[in-house]
Amino acid sequence: MSVDMVNVAGREADAGRRPPKMTARDVHVWYGETHAIKGVSMDISMDDVTAFIGPSGCGKSTFLRCLNRMNDTIDGCRVEGRIELDGHDIHAPSMDVVQLRARVGMVFQKPNPFPKSIYENVAYGPRIHGLARSRADLDNVVEQSLRRSGLWDEVKDRLSASGTALSGGQQQRLCIARAIAVDPEVILMDEPASALDPIATAKIEELIDELRGRYAIVIVTHNMQQAARVSQKTAFFHLGSLVEYGNTRDIFTNPREVRTKDYITGRYG
Amino acid sequence: MSEALTAAAPAHGRAAPTEWGSREMQGRLRRRYAAEQRFRLMGIGAFLVAAGFLVILLVTIVSAGWNSFRSAEVQVPVVLDPVTLGVAPDERDPERLARADFQAAVAESAARAGLPPFVVSDGGWLAVRERLASDPSLLGQTVPMWLTAQSHIDLLAKGAFDLESDESERAVSDLEVETFRALKAEGKLRLVLNRHFLFGADSVDPELAGIWGALKGSFLVLVVTLALSFPVGVFAAIYLEEFAPRNRWTDMVEVSINNLAAVPSIIFGLLGLAVFLNTFNMPRSAPVVGGLTLALMTLPVIVVSARAALKAVPPSIRDAALGVGASPVQVVFHHVLPLAFPGVLTGTIIGLARALGETAPLLMIGMRAFITSVPQGFTDPATVLPVQVFIWSDNVQRGFVEKTSGAIIVLLLFLLLMNSVAIFLRNRLEVRW
Repeated sequence: MSVDMVNVAGREADAGRRPPKMTARDVHVWYGETHAIKGVSMDISMDDVTAFIGPSGCGKSTFLRCLNRMNDTIDGCRVEGRIELDGHDIHAPSMDVVQLRARVGMVFQKPNPFPKSIYENVAYGPRIHGLARSRADLDNVVEQSLRRSGLWDEVKDRLSASGTALSGGQQQRLCIARAIAVDPEVILMDEPASALDPIATAKIEELIDELRGRYAIVIVTHNMQQAARVSQKTAFFHLGSLVEYGNTRDIFTNPREVRTKDYITGRYG
Repeated sequence: MSEALTAAAPAHGRAAPTEWGSREMQGRLRRRYAAEQRFRLMGIGAFLVAAGFLVILLVTIVSAGWNSFRSAEVQVPVVLDPVTLGVAPDERDPERLARADFQAAVAESAARAGLPPFVVSDGGWLAVRERLASDPSLLGQTVPMWLTAQSHIDLLAKGAFDLESDESERAVSDLEVETFRALKAEGKLRLVLNRHFLFGADSVDPELAGIWGALKGSFLVLVVTLALSFPVGVFAAIYLEEFAPRNRWTDMVEVSINNLAAVPSIIFGLLGLAVFLNTFNMPRSAPVVGGLTLALMTLPVIVVSARAALKAVPPSIRDAALGVGASPVQVVFHHVLPLAFPGVLTGTIIGLARALGETAPLLMIGMRAFITSVPQGFTDPATVLPVQVFIWSDNVQRGFVEKTSGAIIVLLLFLLLMNSVAIFLRNRLEVRW
């Protein structure tokens, strides 16, 4: 465990922990002339759920989208700095962006299932990446993914029904099943529960807790309680800078920065 | 501030603005409802005017055109004399029988029956040939047959002329009217389905002119247009909308396409003349050239509407597909295009419907030639429905008036069929959310 990492993550050394899954060093993002992310460095671990918090427009979603290069699809967006997945630069020419996005899956703010059947929604990723060798294989992947996302018992009798016919919370869990069907290493979640009611939100949070350890999970949220409940690490962003990053317990009980304290206690944001 | 307002209001003898039951409020409400009522009446009025014009148009065309679907036939005892026909008395070879001089036989038979030469059509012998081909043993006998009547007798049978008016004021002579009356009284005149019109091509004689040649020409032209403009238009739209960078060049391309969609169609005709006929020496009057020319005209329409349909697909679907690692091409072909397809199809049909009704560019590439045979392929000389309407409407012969309207009916039916297929396909492909 390097000294540098301890400094960045700001946590006590722990012998049983794995090396960081993703590392970001001095990442800058520009949208045209707007400097949206100003030199963010961070390690993301397999062992934790990492929460990004901060007021609207602080750059947390933008930084999240850097991690699987979804910002490539936005016109006029420029990313600088080094982001590594397992020590490999994700911007290197040898890194295939299609494979990167399979390894670093994403769940969006608004549930966005394909207007196809539930089965097709989950089977799409494995199919385009050729992960299943036979129909039985594919059936198995679909079932496993739906079980892991806690949706199997609710939909097993209607896999051919349209994914868009499900309730909002079910749709979001279907999107999570779709993301984990390609067996990613990291799952990025951009405010996954912001469009859901409290009961559906609770289910998503339970699910995140169950998935912890198997995947490195990064979640952007506006909900302080949610960040406190589901995450072990919290990053507070403000005006494009990473203000504070550390153990969730420390951030919420004993923040080092005044801005963090003000935001968490509701002074602004 | 608010205290001052509430204090001032009663002093002026006026109700406060929020007093919902006041007389002023009631008046405002009444005026609002009156305005809505007026607006609705205006809408209904506009709709009724539009529907009225449509009804007038359809009624006029159908009443003028439906007669072209039937034709008059005269009964003539045809003498199948081998000498007049110019064949051996016991000839049974179908080829030689088909080449017999039926025109002479019909002319002689008509004269022998005391019919003036203007009764039986120049194409009346066709029925005789058909009859003899099906039964060669009739050779040498005298058989009563129904032969196509000439245009004026045909029109008289359909009641197209005012017979009470003076001879100088109508297109038919008194002799023709008398002959018609005599034939009718003897029961030697009947109205049947007009096979010449339904299955034939253009002719100098109105009673023999047919629409099938133009219909098939239109069909062949549209096949070429669709085969060329649909794939090229859709792929161009996909490239511009999904893959092309946004810069000055693509902006210029976009403006040019929008302008092309508004270029008068005759310009495309001149382009087709200069490029396809003069430079590439392609066959004149051929459906393939017509199709190419109309494809040029239809292309921008398809590109513009396909881009609009692609743009209407929610970006969240693109994100979702990219998020599981789909490549940009997979995103387009697995997700965006299927969702946009009903819209793309609608645009294509609008473009094709415009191509179907187009006359001017086809005049430039020689498709207004007088063509008396049905085209058998893409390189045969052909004409198309709107050009046929144009040619017939220009003809001085009275018999072509109803043919013009008949051709319009066929054109409208063709259009209706095409749109029905498109609506059917669109409803089948539409994805329910």
